Amino acid sequence: MDVLVCLKRVPLAGGTLILTPDAKDIETKHLGFGISPHEENAVEAGVQLVEQMGGSLTLLTLGPSDAEEQLRAQLAIGATRAVLLETDGQEWDPQATAAALVDAINAEETKFDLIIFGAESVDSAGYQIHVRVAHALNRPIVTNVKAMKIENGIASCERVVATGREHYEAPLPAIVTVRDGLNIPRYPSVPGRMQARKKPVDMKKAEPSVPKLEKLNLTIAPSKSTGAEILGNGAEAVPALVEVLKKIGAL
Amino acid sequence: MILVLVDHDRGELDPLSLRALTAARKLGQDVEAVVIGKDGAGVAGVVGEYGAKVLHVAAHADITDYTPQASGRSLKDLVGKLNPAAVIAAGSPRGNEQLAHLAAFLDAPMASDCSSITLGTPHVVQRARWAGNLIEEANVHSPLLIASIFPFSVESESANASAATVSEFEPTLEASDTVVRILSRDSGESKSGGVTLTDAKVIISGGRGVGGPEGFSKLEELASLMEGTVGCSRVVTASGWRPHAEQVGQTGSKVAPDLYIACGISGAMQHIAGMKNSKTIVVINTDPEAPILNYADYAIIGDLHQVLPALTSAVRAAKG
Ligand SMILES: Cc1cc2nc3c(=O)[nH]c(=O)nc-3n(C[C@H](O)[C@H](O)[C@H](O)COP(=O)(O)OP(=O)(O)OC[C@H]3O[C@@H](n4cnc5c(N)ncnc54)[C@H](O)[C@@H]3O)c2cc1C
Ligand SMILES: Nc1ncnc2c1ncn2[C@@H]1O[C@H](COP(=O)(O)O)[C@@H](O)[C@H]1O
Repeated sequence: MDVLVCLKRVPLAGGTLILTPDAKDIETKHLGFGISPHEENAVEAGVQLVEQMGGSLTLLTLGPSDAEEQLRAQLAIGATRAVLLETDGQEWDPQATAAALVDAINAEETKFDLIIFGAESVDSAGYQIHVRVAHALNRPIVTNVKAMKIENGIASCERVVATGREHYEAPLPAIVTVRDGLNIPRYPSVPGRMQARKKPVDMKKAEPSVPKLEKLNLTIAPSKSTGAEILGNGAEAVPALVEVLKKIGAL
Repeated sequence: MILVLVDHDRGELDPLSLRALTAARKLGQDVEAVVIGKDGAGVAGVVGEYGAKVLHVAAHADITDYTPQASGRSLKDLVGKLNPAAVIAAGSPRGNEQLAHLAAFLDAPMASDCSSITLGTPHVVQRARWAGNLIEEANVHSPLLIASIFPFSVESESANASAATVSEFEPTLEASDTVVRILSRDSGESKSGGVTLTDAKVIISGGRGVGGPEGFSKLEELASLMEGTVGCSRVVTASGWRPHAEQVGQTGSKVAPDLYIACGISGAMQHIAGMKNSKTIVVINTDPEAPILNYADYAIIGDLHQVLPALTSAVRAAKG
């Protein structure tokens, strides 16, 4: 079973976001980088499949040369090798990204049985790069997968919706996009980290094209600026809260 | 003309589609709607009420349930026939997925999670990034705008118009379009009182401050008393204290109940993204500086393990 996982380097922002002076990006001077949780689940799923069925797990990203850091971190989890399509650091629009990924996948000797994506990238959340890749490669795609089994050449997938679970199947070679909750990603072991340093990362230059979805600027979404009304401390404040609940009609 | 993809599940309308229709009406052009699958024809009344003059129904023997690529193909056929200025859908998993198939068929750009749209050459959109914490302004260089609507950026407003005229068409599907479709369903794990997170009017949500799986019984008790349900932060699901289905936030569920009580949750951006549209937000936290206070309406500073039991008794007393 040969598996490919596509991932994206993103800043790890937890608290307040700050913009760069030109308002084109978020200020990352004080932030670490990682990949989105969905993609961590994708790598974990790939590692598990290769553990069970043999084969290989390749990682693919389009991004700045610094994205090697994210690839090495995921190689430490158990991936076999990685391919980095190197940009000048600018984010590409979804169509250009998908086209570059497709070219890279077609250039590979391995014909991947399964390609796993995150359901959406955590920063730009375009919900589309994977579908575009699926069309270009003429493969079936199941999105938003929360549980998956590979049996008899079929990816059997579950999607969780408000009313329960939906069941889908895709014959291999296929593409799936996965969500946080699919599995619990493991931490890299010390030997895993050591091995990751020696695993191959192919660097290729990627030439940008003119974006059709052209980012102009960013603004921070407004929040409730008034802040909370403090009702008091500890259990003594409960009567005040009960009054509030009555006022808003919750009681 | 603006074409709005209206989503349904076995004939039942997705209410987010009404928000998409409302957003489409604001673009100042005629609005027409499309549903995929014969089962969808029953929505003609409400989509008409919300301003669509025509409801196009993609009817095909091989579309018997949700089949995302066939939806993309049907939309492509319809776009070819009607030449709309924009195709719009709700920014839901299904809305985004079906639009992505359309965009891939046409090799055209798609802007997801838009909170504002200005048609033109180029089209200009504002779209959510980082789960709505950032707004991106972007140009869309394409005659046809394909855009989904950020769910919480617009409330649905009726246009008080009459039912849409139904116009059935048969899309020309290829075999590959129907490979991936819903084969079967299971109903969800039955939750407290059968209320799901996205439907709940009251959510009692817990974070790391709850301290472990046992502590959640206090939240459950209050939730069932108030006919609500329990939610949680990602720390809680990642620690295995609660099932992932209860996670609120960027990678969990996005919720907007009447009342959200956040207990022992600090208010990381990714959590806020999932609950900031709640009508009233109450915080119970030991830390008066917790970032979640910036998003809350009311707060009690204190230990949730003392506050919650007292609150539960008081609510029980008030209910008589
Ligand atoms: C890409 C990405 C996606 C993410 N998606 C999500 C998501 O969907 N949902 C989500 O929730 N998180 C998400 N996260 C994680 C998020 O960044 C935070 O780590 C997480 O929300 C923190 O959870 P918490 O508030 O429970 O824990 P903490 O941040 O540790 O906060 C615990 C809080 O409990 C308070 N407390 C402690 N003891 C008590 C007590 N006895 N009584 C009252 N208060 C007490 C503390 O003062 C503190 O404020 C995501 C992160 C990333 C990077
Ligand atoms: N620059 C990139 N390089 C490789 N994969 C990517 C890149 N950007 C996005 N992806 C993949 O495509 C998925 C969907 O991205 P998006 O369409 O932006 O929501 C992500 O979860 C990743 O798996």
